[in-house]
Amino acid sequence: MSTRHPALGRLIDRSAPLEFTFNGARLRGFAGDTLASALLANGQMLLGRSYKYHRPRGPVAAGPEEPNALVGLGTGAGFEPNQRATTTELFAGLTASSQNHWPSLEFDIGAVNQALTAFFPAGFYYKTFMFPRAAWEKLFEPVIRRAAGLGRPPRQSDPDDYEHFHIHVDVLVVGGGVSGLTAALAAGSTGARVLLIEQTAHWGGRAPVDDAEIDGQPAEGWISAALKELAQMENVTLRTRMMGAGVYDHGYALAYERLTDHAPDMPGPRHRLWRIRAGRIINAAGAIERPLPFAGNDIPGVMLAGAVRDYLLNWGVSIGDRTVIVTNNDDAYRTAIALHDAGLIVPAIIDARTDADSPLIAAARERGIRVERGRAIARVDGGKRVRGVTLCLHAGEGAPLGHIPCDAVAMSGGWSPVVHLWSHCGGKLRWDAEQALFRPDPARPPLGADGSGFVISAGTANGHLDTASALDDAFDAGRRAALELGHKDKGKGGKAPTAAPEEHAPVQPVWMMPQGAGAHLQEKAFLDYQNDVKVSDVRLAAQEGYESVEHTKRYTTLGMASDQGKLSNINGLAVLADSLGREIPQVGTTTFRPPWQPISFGAIAGMNRGPLFQPLRKTPIHDWLAENGAHWEPVGGWRRPYCLRRAGESVEQAVTREILNTRRNVGLLDASTLGKIIVKGRDAARFMDMLYTNMMSTLKVGRCRYGLMCNENGFLFDDGVVVRLSDDTFLCHTTSGGADHVHAWMEEWLQTEWWDWQVFVANVTEQFGQIAVVGPNARKLLADMGTDLDLSAEALPFMGWAEGNIAGIPARIYRISFSGELSFEVAMPASRALEFWRAALEAGKSHGVQPYGTEALHVMRAEKGFIMVGDETDGTVIPQDLNLGWAVSRKKPDFLGKRGMERPHMQSDDRKQLVGLLTENPDDVLPTGAHAVEGGRRENGMENMIGHVTSSYFSPTLGHSIAMALIRGGNRRMGDTLTFPLEGGRVIRARVVEPVFYDKEGERQNV
Amino acid sequence: MSEPWMPKPLQSFQGAVMVARHAPVGMITLRGDLDAAEMAAAVKGAVGLAMPAQRRIRSGKRGAVAWMSPDELLLFMDHDRAPVAVDRLDKALAGGHHLAVDVSDARALFTLAGHGVREVIAKGSPADMAPDALPVGEFRRSRIGQVAAAWWLSDAQTLHLVCFRSVGDYMFDWLCVAAARDGLPGFLAV
Amino acid sequence: MLILHCPYCGIHADETELAPGGEAHIRRAGPGSDDTEFENYMFARKNPKGVHFERWRHVHGCGKWFHAARATDTLEVFGTYPAQTTEPPEEILAHIRKRRPDWKGFQG
Repeated sequence: MSTRHPALGRLIDRSAPLEFTFNGARLRGFAGDTLASALLANGQMLLGRSYKYHRPRGPVAAGPEEPNALVGLGTGAGFEPNQRATTTELFAGLTASSQNHWPSLEFDIGAVNQALTAFFPAGFYYKTFMFPRAAWEKLFEPVIRRAAGLGRPPRQSDPDDYEHFHIHVDVLVVGGGVSGLTAALAAGSTGARVLLIEQTAHWGGRAPVDDAEIDGQPAEGWISAALKELAQMENVTLRTRMMGAGVYDHGYALAYERLTDHAPDMPGPRHRLWRIRAGRIINAAGAIERPLPFAGNDIPGVMLAGAVRDYLLNWGVSIGDRTVIVTNNDDAYRTAIALHDAGLIVPAIIDARTDADSPLIAAARERGIRVERGRAIARVDGGKRVRGVTLCLHAGEGAPLGHIPCDAVAMSGGWSPVVHLWSHCGGKLRWDAEQALFRPDPARPPLGADGSGFVISAGTANGHLDTASALDDAFDAGRRAALELGHKDKGKGGKAPTAAPEEHAPVQPVWMMPQGAGAHLQEKAFLDYQNDVKVSDVRLAAQEGYESVEHTKRYTTLGMASDQGKLSNINGLAVLADSLGREIPQVGTTTFRPPWQPISFGAIAGMNRGPLFQPLRKTPIHDWLAENGAHWEPVGGWRRPYCLRRAGESVEQAVTREILNTRRNVGLLDASTLGKIIVKGRDAARFMDMLYTNMMSTLKVGRCRYGLMCNENGFLFDDGVVVRLSDDTFLCHTTSGGADHVHAWMEEWLQTEWWDWQVFVANVTEQFGQIAVVGPNARKLLADMGTDLDLSAEALPFMGWAEGNIAGIPARIYRISFSGELSFEVAMPASRALEFWRAALEAGKSHGVQPYGTEALHVMRAEKGFIMVGDETDGTVIPQDLNLGWAVSRKKPDFLGKRGMERPHMQSDDRKQLVGLLTENPDDVLPTGAHAVEGGRRENGMENMIGHVTSSYFSPTLGHSIAMALIRGGNRRMGDTLTFPLEGGRVIRARVVEPVFYDKEGERQNV
Repeated sequence: MSEPWMPKPLQSFQGAVMVARHAPVGMITLRGDLDAAEMAAAVKGAVGLAMPAQRRIRSGKRGAVAWMSPDELLLFMDHDRAPVAVDRLDKALAGGHHLAVDVSDARALFTLAGHGVREVIAKGSPADMAPDALPVGEFRRSRIGQVAAAWWLSDAQTLHLVCFRSVGDYMFDWLCVAAARDGLPGFLAV
Repeated sequence: MLILHCPYCGIHADETELAPGGEAHIRRAGPGSDDTEFENYMFARKNPKGVHFERWRHVHGCGKWFHAARATDTLEVFGTYPAQTTEPPEEILAHIRKRRPDWKGFQG
């Protein structure tokens, strides 16, 4: 049983006990514990069940590579599933629960899958897909959905705060072990701006547990001296609990800072996502130990040898009383020695190597520890806990040579440098056969903007597994990073820290233990713990023809769990290489993708949530509308009122009332969102003639003209009324959503094509409030507001404009109409728009004024057959399709879109053309988007479609429904009846008519 | 704390730094040949200041002038003065290719004050907010969160920010959240 | 996440401050052009693995369009230059030839 050791534990504070709960049980740990170390100290080895077979699992590692010890943390809104116990710092009151089991951790019904192992081989899910589709939908999916996934997501909204933070540094050093500290010292001494980050709460990495000696003193002493020196450098910043998550193009890096996870009562944001631009990034992320694949290597109590040492020395936790060591390299001997020196029993070191010898091995022997050379573990005995191991020859097939009772197994398959940050942005690896590991190939780094490498790997992460050469390498990396950025060596801290060179016996690659293990052992030898992928699965994939490591990964799900294969990838690809009879470098690795460790959704979202999720654009009338019943709809970043509801009114009732009142009396519309762009200069008229399809240069000062803008394909993308303010100045109105685009479109042509033309443009959309006064009483209302303008039809005719004062407010007044009614659009400085609005409501009381919203606007324009960009257009419609050929100049030699319109297909009579529709039953309102069908079915069985409804409303003015549609050859079909099949077998029939339904002669607006 | 020509705040928030939104300020977009003597004279006449260098802002008692692009300036002044100033600029620059437009009501203006003003902005902008990259008097156009904005520091602890008026409420809310107490990373030196 | 130097305002702009505009030095084919010219103008775009000339707008900044010479395979930036030109400046071309001796040269 795992328990707390009486003395050891360099990271825990035994004077600060903490209470926490696991599955409802109250347990005790110490400040400095991780959740994993505290649970182990309480004898809780079983922490969860595996994903596929629901096998009992305990921690196998002590850091971020941990695949098994995933728990749910917190309760209620603060609950989070799938949190790593090994990277969770303990705090008072922590609440954790195990997951992926039912009804309990100890007794799990899903574990029946274990007995069905043979039925869940590699590619099980893919093979299942081959069954009839019905079986999949009705049978497999529901079952798999219930069983799938690990923890359950929380149901409430996250109560914590998150944020982003952008910084620029010269050198980012990732990893606060002795290599990272050394690199930061070297870079910092040049004066370069350095940020050194460490994912845990502690500096120094593995050096203290590896018993390293640096510059003649124990690692811990050297680390605190280095930290002191770094703290004195103003140009160096040190941050713990901050993980280098990803490296991207041009020196961009993401780092994930966990501010309050260890102290939830602390104020401030919980996580901060740092968005870092660095000249150079030093990857000093260390190395990860590999498991050994032998039968039963997933039974709780089997753990990485380095992790066993970490638990003992860092947190004072012994994993068992009797720990068997199994290894293919020297490092695990350190664990044996540490356990022995702590008074625990090491019954044997099982070393796959037949003739290894080194000072470390000698030191173990000197302590009287039994060393079994050339031996392997045939299988681990036990269910929810290790009971012993069966010994065999490593070179054989697993014939038992004896049994060693034990309650823990510490395994080491060698170490793999953490190359993720090197590889994220394209850094290449090379296979180091001598050390049996992939390491960064310094000749092929990820390249930055200047074409040189911007990531430098340092120390263990660069394949230097012994302290002495790691320090040399890290010092060189730090110095190089700074010098490459143009910083100068200042002679301070001018040499690398030193450590005594170590003598190692070479590692012997072991990808299956024993070497000749048969199928029955391979089926119990796990590669990927979280996804339950075994050696037998990878071999089966190879047999079935999977040769690429990327395909094998997906077929077997190797490395696809939330630990992303940190422990399993190298072993898995080595098994694949062996199965295919290839060399490991020929098979290669899968792609390393960010993030290095999972980061929270909260950190990704940052402040962009709730009211800050999306910027909301507000007109000067917005707040008044909000207080007066606005039923909002989003329009190009704005909110516009669909209608303004009165007490007790439905949306439909409000729309009908607004339409009828505007047609009978007078309505007010907040049209401030309309785009307004000034075009000025000697060549402004020439430029306007290029932008619009119709002639704008002939527009007289004082007049307005409706205009269309097309792209070079000839497709209509924006429309609006153009106003000529003076000889060299135009004001272009655009659609509400189109202002920024049209402004950018103008700038693009002026800057990149006609840069010698004298034209300046300015987007003044937000400078003005714009209020439409619409209806038979509009003129009377404005007159009653008090104005120095002559508003008579003679002085201010339709499509004219004037400038003056209304209600004491400076205003421009345009006689334009989008409703067919007598209409004045009034523009005034935005700061006075609300004042104007209130004055108009006041003056209009006796004229029956009511504000109206966008739906009334839409219905009224449809009654008049006016198009709406985005409804009648879809990016493939030319003006001629909409009967707007009159607005396309034939005289102009050139305009944007002219050449595009000359293509034969654009000239065809058979294009879809805009028509009006009247339904047979006048109460039927066609759904927008409904398709007209004709002429039977196409090859694929669908009915032949000839067009679709673009706008459709019930017109309260006319008392029947109206619609517009784009119909193939529509102009030839006047009077025809079209068929519109709808969902559920319903069919609506409608007659094709001219698309102007109301006041065809335009008498109402022209008064 | 704020520049001499800035009106009093309409609303303010005290967090780790102070955030204030000003009453409308006169602003004019002025485009033309920034190297022309007429332009320099027109600017001098409008705000009493010399032409700013690339990416710089000059500020005085009557207002300020900021470099926006190689052919564009932004002039700041009292709100009431902007319409008249536009007319005067048009007269002073008549005959030459230029554009002067009143954008006073199309902009919102904020002041942030305190040790952490640089860090508040760095929460939302990819711009380098370090003092050597953005010295006092440098006018930086970029984005904050999801909207366009421009800002400058008038002294080490005072930052002014301009954005579009329609997103003024969003910007105030954003700045207040970013400036919340206990939320400064403590990375950027003042 | 590129960084490109804006030749107008001098800012080393983050990619999120920029808007991409596709291939640079496309010649407009207006009325009077034949079908091939028009097709090339509208639709034919180079997609090289290697040296590419692109248009970018410093949209969250000074608002100006500029050109960038860039390697699509390594993301190396050979240089940026103002958009008011029909071909890349000689010093950019010289720099590319130095960095990529095999490059076939600018083809407009």
